[in-house]
Amino acid sequence: MATIEIDGKPYTAEVGQMLIQVADANGVEIPRFCYHEKLSVSASCRMCLVEMEKAPKPVPACATPVMDGMKVWTRSPKALTAQKAVMEFLLINHPLDCPICDQGGECELQDISVGYGKDASRYGEEKRVVFDKNIGALIATEMTRCIHCTRCVRFGQEIAGIQELGALGRGEHTKISTYIGQTVDSELSGNMIDLCPVGALTAKPSRFNARAWELQQLDSIAPHDGIGSNIHVHLRRNEIIRVVPKQNEAINEIWLSDRDRFSYQGLTAEDRLTVPMIKKEGQWQPTDWETALQAAATGMKQIVEKYEPDQLGGLASATATLEELYLLQRVIRGLGSDCVDHRLHQIDFADQAHAPLFPYLGMPIAEIERCNTALIIGSHLRKEQPLLNHRLRKASMNGAKVMFINPIAYDFNDMRIAQQIITSPNDLITTLSGVAKALLVGKNNVIPQQLEDLLADTKVTEEQQTLAQSLETGDHRLILLGNLATSHPQFALIRALAVAIAKLSSAKLGYCAEAGNSAGAWLAGVLPHREAAGMPISTPGVNAYTMLNKGLKGYVLLGVEPELDSYDGAKALENLQKAEFVVSLTAYVTDTMKTYANVLLPISVFTETSGTYVNNAGTWQSFTAVVIPKNEVRPGWKVLRVLGNLLNVSGFDYDSSEQVRSEVCEKLGQKTTDNLNSWQVPNDLSARKIDGLQRITELPIYATDMIVRRASALQFTRDATSAKGVHVNSNVAAQIGATEANVVQVRQNAAKISLPLVIDERVPDGCVLIYAGQAENVALGSWHGWVELTA
Amino acid sequence: MLAQRKPRPTLLTSESYAEIDRWLAKYPPERKQSAVMAALTIAQDQNGGWLTSELVNEIADYLEMPAVAVQEVATFYSMYEHKPVGQHKICVCTNVSCMLCDSERIVKHLQQKLGIGFGQITPDGKFSLKEVECLGACVNAPMMLIGKTYYENLTPEKIDDILARLN
Repeated sequence: MATIEIDGKPYTAEVGQMLIQVADANGVEIPRFCYHEKLSVSASCRMCLVEMEKAPKPVPACATPVMDGMKVWTRSPKALTAQKAVMEFLLINHPLDCPICDQGGECELQDISVGYGKDASRYGEEKRVVFDKNIGALIATEMTRCIHCTRCVRFGQEIAGIQELGALGRGEHTKISTYIGQTVDSELSGNMIDLCPVGALTAKPSRFNARAWELQQLDSIAPHDGIGSNIHVHLRRNEIIRVVPKQNEAINEIWLSDRDRFSYQGLTAEDRLTVPMIKKEGQWQPTDWETALQAAATGMKQIVEKYEPDQLGGLASATATLEELYLLQRVIRGLGSDCVDHRLHQIDFADQAHAPLFPYLGMPIAEIERCNTALIIGSHLRKEQPLLNHRLRKASMNGAKVMFINPIAYDFNDMRIAQQIITSPNDLITTLSGVAKALLVGKNNVIPQQLEDLLADTKVTEEQQTLAQSLETGDHRLILLGNLATSHPQFALIRALAVAIAKLSSAKLGYCAEAGNSAGAWLAGVLPHREAAGMPISTPGVNAYTMLNKGLKGYVLLGVEPELDSYDGAKALENLQKAEFVVSLTAYVTDTMKTYANVLLPISVFTETSGTYVNNAGTWQSFTAVVIPKNEVRPGWKVLRVLGNLLNVSGFDYDSSEQVRSEVCEKLGQKTTDNLNSWQVPNDLSARKIDGLQRITELPIYATDMIVRRASALQFTRDATSAKGVHVNSNVAAQIGATEANVVQVRQNAAKISLPLVIDERVPDGCVLIYAGQAENVALGSWHGWVELTA
Repeated sequence: MLAQRKPRPTLLTSESYAEIDRWLAKYPPERKQSAVMAALTIAQDQNGGWLTSELVNEIADYLEMPAVAVQEVATFYSMYEHKPVGQHKICVCTNVSCMLCDSERIVKHLQQKLGIGFGQITPDGKFSLKEVECLGACVNAPMMLIGKTYYENLTPEKIDDILARLN
């Protein structure tokens, strides 16, 4: 500990802290541009110069470590002269275009120049002009305004992990730029907009749309990944202008992924459904709520009465709120059916009865960065949950051993990866068995004898042995199952082996949630085998895959486009079209929907309704509506409540979403989840027979749900555009005699379509990567299977 | 195992790579970027005195650096050229000491003699002219640098002689 004096007042500080940190912690204001608490110190702007005792010149507060007995003055004549001089220099080249600058009104340069700038410039010479570059669909540049603080460059190097911007040239000729003609493609790029202290980098989608002082700031929760990032929604007259992060160190720190930042554009997409619609004699017509709800209730009742209750199925997106999800399953169950599910990406439900209470990360989000050893199985974590990946990256930078077992050699933004095993989906079981076997040596009674016996014949490769050895180092160990594992055709086996590996290596086991409210969907009981709060059902209904693959007579859809959102979109569409009655609670209307639905009910999306999301770490985050939805759009929970009333389901007299929430809360009580004891011992560890090229399917970052798919700017990013076509490595391409961009015939089961070939060396031999959530690929059907390519 | 996505080295010769490797050996294996300045110099020398973006890319791949980080270095130092230069790059100092010793006369003479201005190349590609800041030879100002040789205490006559010898 050190005691220092700032402006005559004593403060205690840690030795090694920078002066500016002590000042910030104690509310002493020091102006700065380049310093940022989350980034390394560059000390390039010199705005934070302060006077220090026994120092001949003013010192930069951001780069001066405190020493015991140090005396500092931040507002002395000497300090102020230095600060004002720096300000004058910074303003020499800065254009006086605040009236047309998007940053105007919330600009650090503007704010500080009020305090430290002169009222008139002494500079009469020519100012520097820098031509703007197009660096992508998300960030607008106006580089003449740049003051070279290099926060954006450091963000790329230190947080995003990929340096895409650099300071080219030197002195007055320095320009912040990407490398010749390249774009900024990071999934966290939007944070550079927040970091930029001037108007050099601004948000392209909201450019010139509003002035900062016209905006109203309301809080909400982002719905697109399991983190549940806290956000500020900026509105002007009931219109969302932009979304920015709200600081929450336990969840998203001060960052926000681009998906959560720019998805709001999807809320005003052209195909937004704003009035209820019903199909009468084959014709679609807008109608009022009463008619529509009556039609929905009658239709649902008819299915149940005409056939059996379990001919009516409910399918929901895990981006819906906890309240909507809970009421949906209550409505369906109220009619006697247990066919309700949200796990649309899953195919293996064999051990569902033994699954944990909800997909729990295994630890709080912030704990991830304190891991010493982590094994991630089947996850493109960087694109699944960008900020979870950021925590893991921090752990790796602190020396943690991070290992991956993946079907694709993903690029993990310069994370220090100790080992990456690339294995085709089919070989995943063998690989995991090998790792488990390697760990088993010398351990008794850690895993059931039955599993030990199954592992008896397993051969351990050198690669698996190394990985197993690394897993037994470090105090905090974590095994994480990603989305590629959850959607695997042998997920139950993967779970069992992951549990075994975790037990054998004394690690924690965690699951990566697929969507913003996956945990909420489990807790709300949108599952055929469990009611709310995990109460088991003796005779479960059928799961999402079976509902869509075998076909039911009636469906209730909540926020899903099954052709894009489910494991086998082609089959799902076919069966929906065959069904007698489909009611879709949806925010959007598409031509495809019109081919299968009978009633379309316009519901609100995340900023338009009150509700709750439960994040990957089990944190409940409630929010209120921040915008009034257009026209006849109503919150989903209200629609479902009325539907419940019309169907005479008992106890449907909720006045608010809070009542629904507390009902779930009460049912849940003190229940917690235990990932390590929620599994089933398998009977067999054999992989499937290989019969052609294996299809690997990834749900790309900007196709995960209805809203994101309609966020226009995100759809122009490289992550979105590169998800097209059929990806193979050059060996496979050579085998079929095709080269990059050739259109090839892709055959899977009975389906045959043409797709452009993309040479992608990340894909292993014998495999094909085809992305999900792409309209062009839907016809191919299921996410796994055997594919035939012909040039 | 995973296939590398890197393009095969194509532009730099094996001699250049050997030279870069000699520099790489001086630093810890995880600090490959320490050799970036040397690598850029080697690439520039091989390419007739200037760097292309393809060369920068190749160095970035070889040193496992982001291309933009290599470009930062390449644009920061004035010794790296991004446009073609003459066979002999004449760098004339016009900084304070040289200026006081009438470097203006030297510049004028060179420009007249070669028929080119700063940043230009003679039509035969032999010479190019560049204005530089202090090269640390103030004691014998005015001065110029051609290739790796300093020429000091310059006079127009001396320049004629030097250029004639280089020709």
